[in-house]
Amino acid sequence: MTINQSGWRPARPLEGDAEPATFTGNRALMLEEPLIFEIGSGATTGVDFDAPALPAGGLGGLLRTAPIGLPGLSEPETVRHYTRLSRQNYAIDLGLFPLGSCTMKHNPRLNERVARMPGFADLHPLTPVDACQGALAVIDQLAHWLVTLTGMHSVAMSPKAGAHGELCGILAIRAALDARGEGARKTILVPESAHGTNPATAAFAGYAVEDIPATPDGRVDTAALIARLGPDVAAVMITNPNTCGLFERDMKTISDAVHAAGAFVYCDGANFNAIVGRVRPGDLGVDAMHINLHKTFSTPHGGGGPGSGPVVFSAALSPYAPLPFVEKTADGFRLVEEETAGEHHAGSFGRMTAFHGQMGMFTRALTYILSHGADGLRQVAEDAVLNANYVLRSLQDVLDAPFAAAGPCMHEAIFSDAGLAEGVSTIDVAKALIDEGFHPMTMYFPLVVHGAMLIEPTETESKAGLDQFIGALRSVAERAKAGDPGLKTAPHHAPRRRLDETLAARRPVLVWKEPVAAAAAAE
Amino acid sequence: MRYLPLTSDDRTAMLAAIGAGSIDDLFADVPEAARLSGPIPGLPLHASEMAVERHMAALARQNMAAGDGPFFLGCGAYRHHVPASVDHLIQRGEFLTAYTPYQPEIAQGTLQMMFEFQSQVARLLGCDVANASMYDGSTACWEAIAMARRVTRRGKAILSSGLHPHYVSVAKTMARFTGDVLETAAPALGPDPDFAALLDAIDDDTSCVVVQYPDILGRVGDLSELAAAAHAKKALLVAVVTEPVALGLLKAPGEMGADIVVGEGQSLGVGLQFGGPYAGLFACSEKLVRQMPGRLCGETVDAEGRRGFVLTLSTREQHIRREKATSNICTSSVLCALAMSIHMTLLGEKGLRDLAAINHAAAVDAAARLAKVPGIELVTDRFFNEFTIRLPQEARPVVRALAGRGILAGVSLGRLYPDEPGLANGLVVAVTETTPAADVDALAEALQEVLA
Repeated sequence: MTINQSGWRPARPLEGDAEPATFTGNRALMLEEPLIFEIGSGATTGVDFDAPALPAGGLGGLLRTAPIGLPGLSEPETVRHYTRLSRQNYAIDLGLFPLGSCTMKHNPRLNERVARMPGFADLHPLTPVDACQGALAVIDQLAHWLVTLTGMHSVAMSPKAGAHGELCGILAIRAALDARGEGARKTILVPESAHGTNPATAAFAGYAVEDIPATPDGRVDTAALIARLGPDVAAVMITNPNTCGLFERDMKTISDAVHAAGAFVYCDGANFNAIVGRVRPGDLGVDAMHINLHKTFSTPHGGGGPGSGPVVFSAALSPYAPLPFVEKTADGFRLVEEETAGEHHAGSFGRMTAFHGQMGMFTRALTYILSHGADGLRQVAEDAVLNANYVLRSLQDVLDAPFAAAGPCMHEAIFSDAGLAEGVSTIDVAKALIDEGFHPMTMYFPLVVHGAMLIEPTETESKAGLDQFIGALRSVAERAKAGDPGLKTAPHHAPRRRLDETLAARRPVLVWKEPVAAAAAAE
Repeated sequence: MRYLPLTSDDRTAMLAAIGAGSIDDLFADVPEAARLSGPIPGLPLHASEMAVERHMAALARQNMAAGDGPFFLGCGAYRHHVPASVDHLIQRGEFLTAYTPYQPEIAQGTLQMMFEFQSQVARLLGCDVANASMYDGSTACWEAIAMARRVTRRGKAILSSGLHPHYVSVAKTMARFTGDVLETAAPALGPDPDFAALLDAIDDDTSCVVVQYPDILGRVGDLSELAAAAHAKKALLVAVVTEPVALGLLKAPGEMGADIVVGEGQSLGVGLQFGGPYAGLFACSEKLVRQMPGRLCGETVDAEGRRGFVLTLSTREQHIRREKATSNICTSSVLCALAMSIHMTLLGEKGLRDLAAINHAAAVDAAARLAKVPGIELVTDRFFNEFTIRLPQEARPVVRALAGRGILAGVSLGRLYPDEPGLANGLVVAVTETTPAADVDALAEALQEVLA
């Protein structure tokens, strides 16, 4: 690993770039910010303590004597450092964030207020059950909503995120098959268009993964899937609506065939936002499905988590669901953990995480759900689908929309790079959108569409906001078709130009180290 | 509906622009039988912000929060004072409402924070490198066991009896499906960690030894000998830290030779939150980095030569490698990592050392005070801010009785180990900078009354 070169270096202007350099490297409101290691010191602190007592003698040789190397900042410096960093981020609070399959919708602030109520935020996970009945009630109420909205039999609340939920579902399937003495089923079928987490999860759980092809209309090849079923197949993992933004029309037919062949249906629920309140996956024969509370139910994504991925189960899989869970009794709520599971949940495949799951996300999601109610959630799906179709139809004359002729999309619109000028690709369109003030769409996913651009506007965008985005993307698309060379060097107005990802991977610098000269001088 | 900007005129105009007759036309691909004709019966309809807040506040009031009275719970989740600026900063919309930084030109804030977090965590745990967070400590612990299998190509992990029982449960659940062999045992209610037994157990099939530091009973011991013994058999030492504040006072596991150090970041900046979301910590030596799970941020330059940060080494990850990835993890705990990082920045080395010293001193005083209660015996003699006492009767009903008096007395080992009668009298008591001496007195007096 190389020693990292710290500090500001003068800009090397690109050809034809006439902007004068500034002394600081700042550009007005666009402020450069060093690392905490470059501005802090080990002696500085932003927290006041009473003078601590000297450590008692008992710890002897375990005392940490060598420097730890943690820089400190005073409170004003800290606030400024992170505020400056925050301003280098795009966010849903700033504008449309149309990442397909990610459901970046508005995060209501009431949710934040509720999650911070001391009764939730300052509650220990091992509080005696009688002293945390309100928290267990939150879990129970949210569970009831999730089960009812999906038309399923039960829900496991503890999975920490979508991929953890996938694992939960697949482990329950494997436990069910093991219980039936069908451990010889070693294969899981996954459509080509699936999220990468699907095959990774199946492989982690000990399964061989086989791809199922897509049809030219962007859906699972039902005939190929059914033909592949057999005594070695444990499950099929299907995303519905799928990652092309299309509803899998044959879902029920597929489920029936899968069940007839003795296997289970896992549904990736990442795109539940398109159908919440209008379609229940349970009516389509699904056995297990995770729900990303950080997508459909608006809990903030936080730059990459935390998520929360409860899994709803059919009656067939419910006996194998993980611990712990909340049960309503005449005397209030109780927590079924390892100790009490033996009584009536002996088939449980076990525990997936310490404690009870993402409580801080449960409070937010329940707040969101109660705000919308059954009617509002239905409207969410309708507006999400309407917005996506509006984007699709408004741009299909300028961008190739491979599935548009066949009918409406669901919550996201997909375009390909067909028709862009030679040498211009999807990434150039995406980077040019940054200059227009938008976060780009999902790029190059799903794999079944060449140079895919997957756009999910969500229901929390206004028509005026969509019109502006459509105008921007139309303009960029026209430039891309004309071969505008400016696209290749976009973004021009972001805090950074294109970053060298190859260099980062070839010579990984993953932690800060003292620059060589400074380290030598200190010796 | 206050979160939905479209008006009915907008909807009409947009349907016309699309060429659809109605919203139902857009759901035409859904089979008739699966279409719901209206809101699902039996569920409430939309509600005002005031009404929802009232509903949730009523539920919040049914919980005994840590600040409601004397509080001594720990065992993997700790109460510390979190400076007000931490919560303010993580609520900046640009952090709170950003996605995973897939477009680095407009995500440098999150990426630089990740790089700083990785650097802080690596130093705190005493390792070369750290990732940008896992879900929590328990899942990070399992990922470390799985990584040790990949590195050593051996499938037997030896778990210390001092490892948090939930972490053990998670590992057992996963191992059942992956075929890993785990050697586990329940702890003995005594003063010493189980290092002697671990040393005996290491053999040529061992992928790793997993030891918690401080352990579930609060005990600490030098890991150097374990590391040397593991390395002699070409196995790895995995250390688990559920209370990172301890590392402001105690040697870091990496300093003592641990190859992988995982942990729970909750106690710095994140808060209790009834168990989640928390921040899993994952650090290791540099030579193991390509076997790490999870997201990594790395330094690079942009087209103008300016320093910048990107997600890197992603050929380990599911979105590139699919079924050959090191883990299926995607979303992790970046916002919690941010909270932890800000708290560490506010503390700095001086603040962290002071905080740790105050915690330790308060716990030593509290242990001495409780040991004076007739019938109570102090089990642990070397500890950080958490220790175990033995009551003259089962601890679980005592904890319930004291909760009825407004005191959260600690975690009874009977709750954590319901099948181990030998542990039933054990009570694990955590004391931090948030615990006034008067609360310790209140606990001691209440225990004395209940035990009398």
